[in-house]
Amino acid sequence: MSYQAKSFAIAGALAAALSAQLAGPAQAQEMEKCFGVSLAGKNDCAAGPGTSCAGTSKVDYQGNAWTLVPTGTCTTMELPDGRMGALEALKRDLPA
Amino acid sequence: MSQSVFAHAVLTPEAPVPPGLVDPLGRPAPRRFDVYRNNVAVSLVAALEEGFPVVRQLVGEAFFAAMALVFLRAHPPQGPVLSGYGAAFPTFLEQFPPVAHLGYLPDMARLELLLRDSYHAADAVPVAADALAALPVAALLASRTLLAPSLRLLPSRWPVQAIWCAHHDGSADAPMQAGDVVVLRAEFDPRPHLLPAGGLAVIKGLQAGLTLEAALDAAPGTDLAGVLTLLLGARAIVEVRR
Amino acid sequence: MLDSHRQNLPLAPGVGYKPQHFADIMDDPGPVRWLEVHAENYMGAGGRPLAQLRALAERFAISVHGVGLSIGGEGPLDAAHLERLKALCAWLHPASFSEHLAWSTHDGAFLNDLLPLPYTQATLGRVCDHIDQVQEVLGRQMLLENPSTYLGFAEATLEEVAFLTAVARRTGCGLLLDVNNVFVSAVNQGFDPATYLRQFPLELVGEIHLGGHAGDEGDHGMPLLIDTHGTQVADPVWDLFAQTVAQDGARPTLIEWDNDVPDWPVLRAEAGRAALVLATAGAQVMA
Repeated sequence: MSYQAKSFAIAGALAAALSAQLAGPAQAQEMEKCFGVSLAGKNDCAAGPGTSCAGTSKVDYQGNAWTLVPTGTCTTMELPDGRMGALEALKRDLPA
Repeated sequence: MSQSVFAHAVLTPEAPVPPGLVDPLGRPAPRRFDVYRNNVAVSLVAALEEGFPVVRQLVGEAFFAAMALVFLRAHPPQGPVLSGYGAAFPTFLEQFPPVAHLGYLPDMARLELLLRDSYHAADAVPVAADALAALPVAALLASRTLLAPSLRLLPSRWPVQAIWCAHHDGSADAPMQAGDVVVLRAEFDPRPHLLPAGGLAVIKGLQAGLTLEAALDAAPGTDLAGVLTLLLGARAIVEVRR
Repeated sequence: MLDSHRQNLPLAPGVGYKPQHFADIMDDPGPVRWLEVHAENYMGAGGRPLAQLRALAERFAISVHGVGLSIGGEGPLDAAHLERLKALCAWLHPASFSEHLAWSTHDGAFLNDLLPLPYTQATLGRVCDHIDQVQEVLGRQMLLENPSTYLGFAEATLEEVAFLTAVARRTGCGLLLDVNNVFVSAVNQGFDPATYLRQFPLELVGEIHLGGHAGDEGDHGMPLLIDTHGTQVADPVWDLFAQTVAQDGARPTLIEWDNDVPDWPVLRAEAGRAALVLATAGAQVMA
């Protein structure tokens, strides 16, 4: 990339970022930022559901004995090629 | 009775209940021991469910719960801070035959780990875009940038960013485009963004202390404007050093 | 020492803090004067959890309640975790720091449950050594909480009250009296909770916990209660709490609700009920 191309790219990105900031809302106040969804990571000191539940299940992964199959959105999500389960990876090497 | 016997039995349902654990009349109390087995298993399954919500939606709740039990018995948490639990989950998914056909699943787990990591990362004050715009372009190209501590990178050949968005807020319109992902946290809520080709190398270069110009030269052909717009838009540039 | 730790938290109701209640607590705390947080949820470097905690600490006294230190563990305490606790306390200056008489980590694996201990002289020595270390590193007194237990140990030689009293006398730590845990353990272990509370060294208590439990069935058809923190405080637990308060046992009192967490008004109402009981003891409590 030529020096000039890099310069244009930077100028363009700055212009885009500036206009996005002008168009967007001002930075939220500290308190407003506190309202919002909290992500996982919960430690607590409560006990679970007692004596009977899957926690004591002896079912573990043992090849043929495992009969469960994924039944979530992986079976229904629409993709361009219509083959969610066999979705192909991008045909290129990972970037260095 | 040693705690190693107790710990092993609590994680191993087929193991015998350790001797010496009794009810009020001094009799063996296997159902009472099962309370601890259940507490451990159910609480850790819940932690994984909360930590990997999109993986869970992809494979379904029942399948996820059963798979999580297999995982937690092989990989109990290595420390008491559960927000970091599941670091071994992506590799586990790569090697778990029932999900072998879902090639993108390990990268989705990696993305969900990075989002959690970013959520808890340190805060930083961003450089204002107008302050950057006030600098001559030549000075900017010769500068080194400090990026937000909440920025995370995920090299990927799968459309995990689009799949995540489709599950997280139903924005199913996003094209199912595969590629590397950058997690950015403009305020307190991290989001994944698809990087243009070469973007990952540019950001890694900046993180390694290269000048903007050197980082670009290391990844020729990169859509620089696209990368910078992402970083500036999510307030991920926190310092520019001349 | 005892008077100083009584002064740290207000003699009023507190609640276990849940992030979904942030806006409601700020808007309408009702009788709630202090909040308790689980230490392990605030060990990140930044982001919303710490911002919320900073905002809450400007208006409420905060109690830091550890759930992962494994004080009863056979192995050494996790030094890195102890340093994280130290950093959190140094940042927040909480009114109180407490942990559990239990273990949860073995051989590097954290089992995420408060596992039971045999009350023996050997256990006593180990727990005291660990509490000495915690108080040394944190540079403050800690409170130790009585656990809910589901089974007994054939090898046990000490009663729980005698064990806790000995720990407090040897180490100088205070005690956190969880009245629901007393009731749950009493049913599960077949002892009388009122007798337990009469024997409990109330002068060493810096804080009281109340929470909900669930019924189950143990071996041989015997009743078994589970400390779920998933519902209202049960009536017999309120009665035991009132008896304790009447014995000069009025202390900062926490409502714990960790599973099936209700909307704020329900939790606030539980705190209001605790405020009324505390008020009967002449405490300076606004109900």
